[in-house]
Amino acid sequence: MTPVLEVKNLSTHFMTRRGVLKAVDDVSFTVGEREIVGLVGESGSGKSITGFSILGLVDPPGRVVSGQILFNGEDLLTKSPTAMRAIRGKRIAMIFQDPMMTLNPVLSVATQMIETVQAHDRVSRAEARARSRDALGLVGIPSPEERLDSYPHQFSGGMRQRVAIAIALLHRPDLIIADEPTTALDVTIQSQILFEIKRLAAEFGMALIWISHDLGVVAALADRIMVMYAGRIVEAGQVDGVLTAPRHPYTSGLLSAVPAAVPRGEPLRPIPGFAPSPLSRPSGCAFRDRCARATDLCATEPMLEIAAGREFRCFHPHLWSAA
Amino acid sequence: MTNPIVEAVPLVEAVDVSRRFSRKLDYAEKIANLFGAGLEEKTVHAVDEVNLAVYPGEVVGLVGESGCGKSTLGRVMAGIMPASGGEVRWKGQPLTSLQGDDKRAMRLSAQMIFQDPMSTLNPRKRVIDLIGEAPKVHGIVKGREMRDYVASLAERVGLDATYLDRYPHQFSGGQRQRIGIARALAVKPKLLVCDESVAALDVSIQAQILNLFMDLKREFGLTYLFISHDLGVVKHICDRVVVMYLGRVVEIATPDELFDNPKHPYTQALIRELPSVSDRRRVFTPIKGEIPSPLHPPPGCHFHPRCPMAFDRCRVERPALKENAAKVAGRHVSACHLNDLAANQTTNATAEPAI
Repeated sequence: MTPVLEVKNLSTHFMTRRGVLKAVDDVSFTVGEREIVGLVGESGSGKSITGFSILGLVDPPGRVVSGQILFNGEDLLTKSPTAMRAIRGKRIAMIFQDPMMTLNPVLSVATQMIETVQAHDRVSRAEARARSRDALGLVGIPSPEERLDSYPHQFSGGMRQRVAIAIALLHRPDLIIADEPTTALDVTIQSQILFEIKRLAAEFGMALIWISHDLGVVAALADRIMVMYAGRIVEAGQVDGVLTAPRHPYTSGLLSAVPAAVPRGEPLRPIPGFAPSPLSRPSGCAFRDRCARATDLCATEPMLEIAAGREFRCFHPHLWSAA
Repeated sequence: MTNPIVEAVPLVEAVDVSRRFSRKLDYAEKIANLFGAGLEEKTVHAVDEVNLAVYPGEVVGLVGESGCGKSTLGRVMAGIMPASGGEVRWKGQPLTSLQGDDKRAMRLSAQMIFQDPMSTLNPRKRVIDLIGEAPKVHGIVKGREMRDYVASLAERVGLDATYLDRYPHQFSGGQRQRIGIARALAVKPKLLVCDESVAALDVSIQAQILNLFMDLKREFGLTYLFISHDLGVVKHICDRVVVMYLGRVVEIATPDELFDNPKHPYTQALIRELPSVSDRRRVFTPIKGEIPSPLHPPPGCHFHPRCPMAFDRCRVERPALKENAAKVAGRHVSACHLNDLAANQTTNATAEPAI
């Protein structure tokens, strides 16, 4: 199976006045065809910047300083801005957390969708409109023909996110990058959106990178999970494996910090301390100051270990017997 | 009832409390009315005849989706927003009847902690003043003792006392929330109303803050009204959970009872759709439809347009909160017409063998 996306040693740094901020630091991963990959981590871990880097959306002072991003075998980092524009929205689409920020409030949904269709395909306005209507129907917006002429503020939060998804689907991209798309939504609406996304991804054979801080959402949706901490992927593997038998202490820390992990009323088990400032990360393993398993060895950089389909960066991983 | 909590006087109680927000007609609309346009004020029933008692020492969770009125109810019960109908009672006394010192004491005794500390902490004040101003003004500490008092509070909530002269922007989200908590504690409150206080925090920081809330409850004998959209959090720390939908309470139960035996179809949906790490179910069974606008709530039971079990009665008659057959009597009520059906069926079932 050829991967849709292959990211190799990607580093995205921000040159700030206070120093170099290593938002993404030597990150490598692949996304296979039709695969749903969850990218999880806490705020500031670099998961959104990883998504932006793939699409070439990192603004100065940020810059992709090294690495390769192979999309269907072609390196996106060597593409000209014109060539990137032809890919963005057409073959890779992105869905953001807050559709109110990404939809233009003064244009009707029809105008925005027709624009998106015509940006990549030479089709008549009528045909573009028909495609837009069909896309709205696909994501479960009732009476799409009438809703096309509404403005973003006339939709509820959940419906707006459906519109954003419909726009992403217009060109049937090979890959969709979704950055916390359901975080701002209510549970029942989130569940509807997850249901639609899963169905559509399977129907159109799209690969999906789902960026989220919510392990529960990723558990329900993704095939594979990647856990980021301080700009690095610290653990990656099949969802079932990673969530039931985490190797990296950070992954296990996240899992045991959720309220469901302890009996009701008992103290929760948070990870002690807080994430280091991205400007002054400790050398070696960035997690070692918060880690109960850390030793002097952790002051040196742990290499990526690959064992039985699982990747992790840790000198003292949890051991799980095969039974 | 033998439960001692039930027999005590509630610390704070909402009796048929409603809160309406209406937009007045503007001049153009008033003129249009003179010509017979018949425009009416738009009224949102944010809270619609809610009864809720919070007993001393209890942690009551208030859950629901956005726009269900949980924050409004929290504010009304904390006394920072007047009710438009019904009354709020503080230790049995209507809030509106409190005067002078009693009123001030009540105001100090009920404190709120909000979701986003950055928008509730004055960015131009230092931590020492943010926390220390209220107790100084209210004579809880003298001016020269303020620094020691604030330092002890800061340490209690897990802030480094050497940071007291810093400004809020110099802290991380979790630390800012700790400042908000210290500020609330500084006036020695009895009731803390936490409005989505951990919603914006990362999971490991959220766990730290939740543990702090539980420790403070034991240490200071606090009572909490804990408002959250996160059922997982509420289940963990609350003694009683209140589920709201479009301004009304639809179910009240203990967390175990609520999760094991949810009665209202809306509660059932909320629990079913809660994403969880342990439950890697690949199929979603979302409930249909959207949350209706509170400007035009559906008649009868507000949930009926989305409810898979709705029948004719749900479309016309508002269901009352009724007691369910629970393990602990009086601790599980829900507002659903299905309860009556179930009651009839059980009576029929018990009656049949006799025939």
